[in-house]
Amino acid sequence: MPFEPEHRRRYIIHMYTTELQKSAKIENLEDPKLLEAFEARVAADEFIEPKDWMPEAYRRTLTRQISQHAHSEIVGMLPEGNWITRAPSLRRKAILLAKVQDEAGHGLYLYCAAETLGTSREQMIEALHSGKAKYSTIFNYPTLTWADIGAIGWLVDGAAIMNQVPLQRTSYGPYARAMVRVCKEESFHQRQGYEIMIALANGTAEQKRMAQDAFNRWWWPSLMMFGPPDENSPNTAQSMRWRIKRETNDELRQKFVDITVPQADFLSLTVPDPQLKWNEEKGGYDFGEIDWEEFYAVVRGEGPVAKERMKARRDAWQDGAWVREAAAVHEEKRRARKAA
Amino acid sequence: MSSDWPLWEVFVRSKGGLSHRHVGSVHAPDAELALAHARDTYTRRLEGVSLWVVPSADIVASNPEQAGELFEPAQSKIYRHPTFYDIPDEVKHI
Ligand SMILES: [Fe+2]
Ligand SMILES: [Fe+2]
Repeated sequence: MPFEPEHRRRYIIHMYTTELQKSAKIENLEDPKLLEAFEARVAADEFIEPKDWMPEAYRRTLTRQISQHAHSEIVGMLPEGNWITRAPSLRRKAILLAKVQDEAGHGLYLYCAAETLGTSREQMIEALHSGKAKYSTIFNYPTLTWADIGAIGWLVDGAAIMNQVPLQRTSYGPYARAMVRVCKEESFHQRQGYEIMIALANGTAEQKRMAQDAFNRWWWPSLMMFGPPDENSPNTAQSMRWRIKRETNDELRQKFVDITVPQADFLSLTVPDPQLKWNEEKGGYDFGEIDWEEFYAVVRGEGPVAKERMKARRDAWQDGAWVREAAAVHEEKRRARKAA
Repeated sequence: MSSDWPLWEVFVRSKGGLSHRHVGSVHAPDAELALAHARDTYTRRLEGVSLWVVPSADIVASNPEQAGELFEPAQSKIYRHPTFYDIPDEVKHI
């Protein structure tokens, strides 16, 4: 890196050097002039690019957020992958295969974006496999019937779209550009899921029952995808200020409920929330309390199939090791032959 | 220590007549596999008619810290733009 030294030097204004590792203080250690210029750029909606100066806390927050997002795309392939061989028709199988392949692509775009911040993909994958890194809680629920595939496309991808659309304007350039690609592809995911739900909702009594059952199980976890309520989301204010986040968890959750309820009505499905009620005054739905105990338990890794998911990831990584090594050795040999 | 494959930058020509444009990167052990991965990662929907992959380590970039000195000289040279010149309205096709 040719222009490393000067701009990364930190200016220690505060005396508590023992606090160096504490994230809250890092900001105080940055050169105030650089920090001010950075804040001004972000406030003016400029994009920050990989080699631009940025506060360490910004770099760290983004690395965490983008890598978690990448991990979610990768782990997110597992619940649906579970149904590829059992899709009810060749058409559905081809669609599901393409959808799951897209999610792999999303994971790769995002690892690339995160790597520009200085953490290697290998380090991120290692953090996932060792259990240090988090991914979306939603993927720790099982896919019990084919209707779950419909519900996931409709609700889980629907919630992901709601989260991702504002991220196309996030302040970090590589992340924003990755989100533009992702958002272009997500719409198909949601529509194929809703189409599955339409087919079931218009099917036999048993199929209708399956659709309602899947909806019952995925509704609340989907609402949890927006994260803890704003008052318990300590990082939101900073992330909003740095334009990493553009809308709060509760704002996005409300929007999601408001557009999804009419879609459920169209399917003649009942939202599993007795407190759900249109509120004329706010122009949106009031809805029941989310079970945050459950959410935090799943965050802690106690989700119904969390262990299974991690085992599947680690096994895939280990089983593929020989391919990665063979390809590297092959290239080495080719080079040696060329040099000789 | 990293044992991951090296990084390649990917450029896609979206259709004939247009330049290749940077779209992202891939990890791959060699150029051939970099192209294969680039195809699977960045052109699943007919996004392109041609691909370039370049080892990321070979890209030389200008320093953002020096963007001022580098690009500002152009700012004062407004006579490089056609609108700088006053031409009477009755003169046509110029
Ligand atoms: Fe995705
Ligand atoms: Fe998706």
